[in-house]
Amino acid sequence: MMADSGSNEEVAVIGNTDITSTESESNIINTMVERETALLRKMEINVAEAEKRTGKNTVNMQETYTVYLIEIRKAHKQSQRPAETVPGVGAPAAPDTLWRRYSDFELLRTFLLVTYPYIIIPPLPEKRAEFQWHKLSADNLDPDFVERRRVGLENFLLRVASHPVLSNDKIFFFFLTEEKGWREAVLETGFQDKADSRLKSLSAMFRVKNPDKRFTAMKQYSDELNTVISQLLRVRARVADRLYGVYKVHGNYGRVFSEWSAIEKEMGDGLQSAGHHMDTYAASIDDILEEEEHYADQLKEYLFYTDAVRSVCKKHDLIQYELEMAAQDLVSKKQQREELATGTVRVFSLKGMTSKLFGTESQEQRESRLAALEQSIQEGEEALKEKNTECQEFVQMAWEDIERFKEQKDKDLREALISYAIMQISMCKKGIQVWSNAKECFNKM
Amino acid sequence: MSVGAPRALASSGQKPITEILHPLSAAEEPLSATVGGDKQEVGLTNGTPVETSSPASTSSLFNRLQLDDDLEADVRDPYADSSETRDLFVTVDDPKKHVSTMETYITYRVSTKTSRVEFDLPEYCVRRRYQDFDWLRIKLEDSQPTHLIPPLPEKFVMKGVVDRFSEEFVETRMKALDKFLKRVADHPVLSFNPHLNAFLTAKDLNKRQGLALLSKVGESVKHVAGGYKLRARPAEFCAMGEYLDTFNQKLGTIDRIAQRILKEQSEYLTELREYGSVYSSWVGSEDELLRPLEGVAGCVTTSCGALEDLGENMSQDFLPVLREYVLYIESMKNVLRKRDQSQAEYEGRLEAAILRKQEDRTPVEVEKCQDKMECFNADLKADWERWQSNKRQDFKQLLTGMADRNINSYEKSQAAWESLITLLQDKQTEDKTSETN
Repeated sequence: MMADSGSNEEVAVIGNTDITSTESESNIINTMVERETALLRKMEINVAEAEKRTGKNTVNMQETYTVYLIEIRKAHKQSQRPAETVPGVGAPAAPDTLWRRYSDFELLRTFLLVTYPYIIIPPLPEKRAEFQWHKLSADNLDPDFVERRRVGLENFLLRVASHPVLSNDKIFFFFLTEEKGWREAVLETGFQDKADSRLKSLSAMFRVKNPDKRFTAMKQYSDELNTVISQLLRVRARVADRLYGVYKVHGNYGRVFSEWSAIEKEMGDGLQSAGHHMDTYAASIDDILEEEEHYADQLKEYLFYTDAVRSVCKKHDLIQYELEMAAQDLVSKKQQREELATGTVRVFSLKGMTSKLFGTESQEQRESRLAALEQSIQEGEEALKEKNTECQEFVQMAWEDIERFKEQKDKDLREALISYAIMQISMCKKGIQVWSNAKECFNKM
Repeated sequence: MSVGAPRALASSGQKPITEILHPLSAAEEPLSATVGGDKQEVGLTNGTPVETSSPASTSSLFNRLQLDDDLEADVRDPYADSSETRDLFVTVDDPKKHVSTMETYITYRVSTKTSRVEFDLPEYCVRRRYQDFDWLRIKLEDSQPTHLIPPLPEKFVMKGVVDRFSEEFVETRMKALDKFLKRVADHPVLSFNPHLNAFLTAKDLNKRQGLALLSKVGESVKHVAGGYKLRARPAEFCAMGEYLDTFNQKLGTIDRIAQRILKEQSEYLTELREYGSVYSSWVGSEDELLRPLEGVAGCVTTSCGALEDLGENMSQDFLPVLREYVLYIESMKNVLRKRDQSQAEYEGRLEAAILRKQEDRTPVEVEKCQDKMECFNADLKADWERWQSNKRQDFKQLLTGMADRNINSYEKSQAAWESLITLLQDKQTEDKTSETN
């Protein structure tokens, strides 16, 4: 059955449609990032594996780094089910694969940042582990960290691939398909030049006379979100630490019950088995907290997203500022023209002063100056028109993306909170199970 | 139903035990064979199950035939009995605060129902304070040195650390006092002690504190003045001593673990509260996420409350019982020491008599010492079994209570999170239907 999954459908269910309702429930949660784009209609993207490599870096020193395997498969159309294909031609074709390291991802992202300044570019997973509770390793080569990073990188690619604008980018496409030569292709675009100038202006302090209220509000919201998520992550790590302590201390009961059971007759068996359950309880916290890291990662993604939002707002400020500067420049030039034409000095100019002091200039000189000014004014008017258009286009595209982002954020964070609640329920159920088992043993004492 | 000697109910037929002078009290009546037999019977009245692991002896045979209530019934109520044999019921309840110019203290109502002839009336109701219970215990220890006297809850509480007049403290203490009194009332020998009678019936306890103090001193003098060395302690008493030492150790460990858990939980609680408040503060900047965020904050708060209750319960109900048993063990070790003394005294005198070459007739005093020792041994053995049985019930109750409280805490938390999910998913389906419409 060709499901009527037009582009209105928020979720692209890729693969077979033979799924039960419970499966589709979880499918929605897993594939919430994926929206139908032309790119995703063609291909399925996975970051399948991670591997350690050693090699020489740019300063010719030996280093160990991790590479990630990107797998591209042809997306199954809704109508094609594996069962319907010719028997014998069962398994889907092997995927196209290539290896990328984290710095490649960084390069891609920087390129996108510069090329699409009006788009909120999805963030990469963190470079170094932060907000860790003490048991988790902060080592970049730690297998758990690498695994979570793999998931984060896959998430990044899926976010880009499901973005209505970014998914059409050629460099992104090559990133997924051309292992060699991709870096050169990126550098050839010359985006570095734009990057440098943009970066410089981003850090410069400038005042916008008429700020766009919507962007100001968005920047403020983004800052608030950043603050609250940072706080949340910090406290959550402390909570995890403490909870770890509570569970682990219970393990001591296991040992003492075992020792105690040795001197008891009828009570011995019950005590001994209860002790085992206490050990189980103490051990259960490791999995519980490991699962919670997933929630922390979801929060972190949006923490990093706030940086991207902030940078779009700053870019808008810059453009707005440049527009205002251009307008101001034109106004002053026009005033100069007027003065020159009427002979009145309203705006101070050195040339005007010196000509007053050292005698008036000749008619010829005056006319040539006027001509130059006219030229400059014309250029200025064109520049202003361009800047105006640029600004309007930027505002339109940026605001469209901001609206898209807000919707995505609401949906994603809501899902994250729900899955967090589910995790808490699971933890409670496990706790009840263990204590009930222990209680049974106590009853047999 | 009867095998050998007729089964004696304390309140009917044969001479009640109070008329048989205790071998260790003032009177000099030599009680030889009869003592043993009576003792055994008395040891079995009241019907409280005594699990003796000794091989087919008259007493164990008695046990098997006498007990129609199985262990199950006793699990439900450790103090319950087949009502035919129980004839003394006591309860401690109704705490009240008394304020006088000198001091403020709590009294408890002690109610008694009995059909025993030793009591003039079938029912009594008096008010007693902790001091009175303490007096009773000392009196029992003095007058029944061969028996294990149940423990009282701790006497001293650090002012400023614990509120002596808080509901929880008074409640916990009262339950412990009730348990103490019930155990004494259930004891086949202790329950006939005249001091208990006075405690339960007298309008004003004439405590004569001075005397009590004296006898305490006298006790320790007895220890020192013994001077006889023990030859060989019988294996079973060695085993008791060893068991008590190890058990004491384990209880200490469990106490430490429980305290550590309380500490860790309290620190966890602090962080969890802050965690909840961050979600609350997040609510301010959101629109669509308002409900889920408020919901999460609410669930975290509920979990905090559940955890708080758990901690309170553990420190009020769990730790005191552990400590009670540590005190109990101490007093039991004391009794064991006294038993050793009595054996040492007997052996010493016997040796002295042999040396004086009185072979054909053992002097009366040596015989008396032997009787003393044998009584002591018998009392102790019976009490030991009773103690083991009570201990088993107590710890079963204690530990299942701990498990229940933890389960309860998780259940409260789970319920909160589940209702949040329902709330959010309802909203979700609401939105979806409105979207597609």
